[in-house]
Amino acid sequence: MTEASDLIANDILFDWLLRRGDTALVLGHRVSEWCGHAPALEEDIALANVALDLIGQARLWLSYAGEVEGKGRGENELAFLRDAWDFRNLLLAEQPNGDFGQTLMRQFLIEAYDLPLLRALERSADERIAAIAAKAGKETAYHLDRSSDLVIRLGDGTSESHARMQSALDTLWPFSGEMFCGDGVDDAMSDAGLAPKPESLKPAWTETVEAVLAEATLTRPQSDFAHSGGLSGRHTEHLGHLLAQMQFLQRAYPGATW
Amino acid sequence: MKKEWPLWEVFIRGQHGLNHRHVGSLHAPDAEMAIKNARDVYTRRKEGVSIWVVPSAQITASDPAAKDALFEPSMDKIYRHPSFYDIPDDVGKM
Repeated sequence: MTEASDLIANDILFDWLLRRGDTALVLGHRVSEWCGHAPALEEDIALANVALDLIGQARLWLSYAGEVEGKGRGENELAFLRDAWDFRNLLLAEQPNGDFGQTLMRQFLIEAYDLPLLRALERSADERIAAIAAKAGKETAYHLDRSSDLVIRLGDGTSESHARMQSALDTLWPFSGEMFCGDGVDDAMSDAGLAPKPESLKPAWTETVEAVLAEATLTRPQSDFAHSGGLSGRHTEHLGHLLAQMQFLQRAYPGATW
Repeated sequence: MKKEWPLWEVFIRGQHGLNHRHVGSLHAPDAEMAIKNARDVYTRRKEGVSIWVVPSAQITASDPAAKDALFEPSMDKIYRHPSFYDIPDDVGKM
């Protein structure tokens, strides 16, 4: 099996791996913020599971990124000792939890993208990427199943839950376009046979999203305006606050271990 | 309108060939969600290969106060407790 380092420059691969790892890490942290606060005990446990899955995926991507970078940074250094401008996550992932509906809508929009992405990555020319994608794909298939189901139930629920879901969709929609904005990093990864171009995932995403929104009786916003910048380190004001909390312990007590 | 979700009893089959065993209960609005919630609440450590959920209201239970009448009489009927047979080693646990 081919090694990615024979096919592509390390700094490009590093950047691409950070996008995967950072998006999973930031989203995982956001979901973990529900721990102890979710509307029902069963939901609390389910969300904690999802958060743990995402943080587990982040560890795999970030460990690999650290090895590719070759500067002695591991998953911990990359997660806890980088500042906001070094993060390469999707802006959608860092958006605040809002109410339960907003959290679920954010989850759904990202998972509808993650699943076809991971399925495509299982065919990556790089063994390591393919293996991480295979593991993450099983988890994500379940996450998407759950978030689709809940978006439908709440969208097609009471007038209150419907209104909240529509408002969540309207708020988050402008952040979804960033998922399909390919750049030079994506082109190089695609040319090397390591990853699909983000644009190529749009039909699958659109199909999932339209089917679920229709069943949920929610109206897809018309505008295709897309916020972007997260993948190149320009973030919304929310990431700094998230990192302040996530990184506090490691910053205050450097090298602290259990 | 009742605001609480109904209660469900959860049964999990540990491995193929074993019975589904009662593992606990949870709240969910319907059976489908109960299965999903059971997956998250009760199979976090690879406990099973199959999940059943049953509305708790569908279970008819014996009266705890009738415990003596129901179970006590069998205690002194030693012929019902075949514990004094020698079991060959290769049979393993029975």
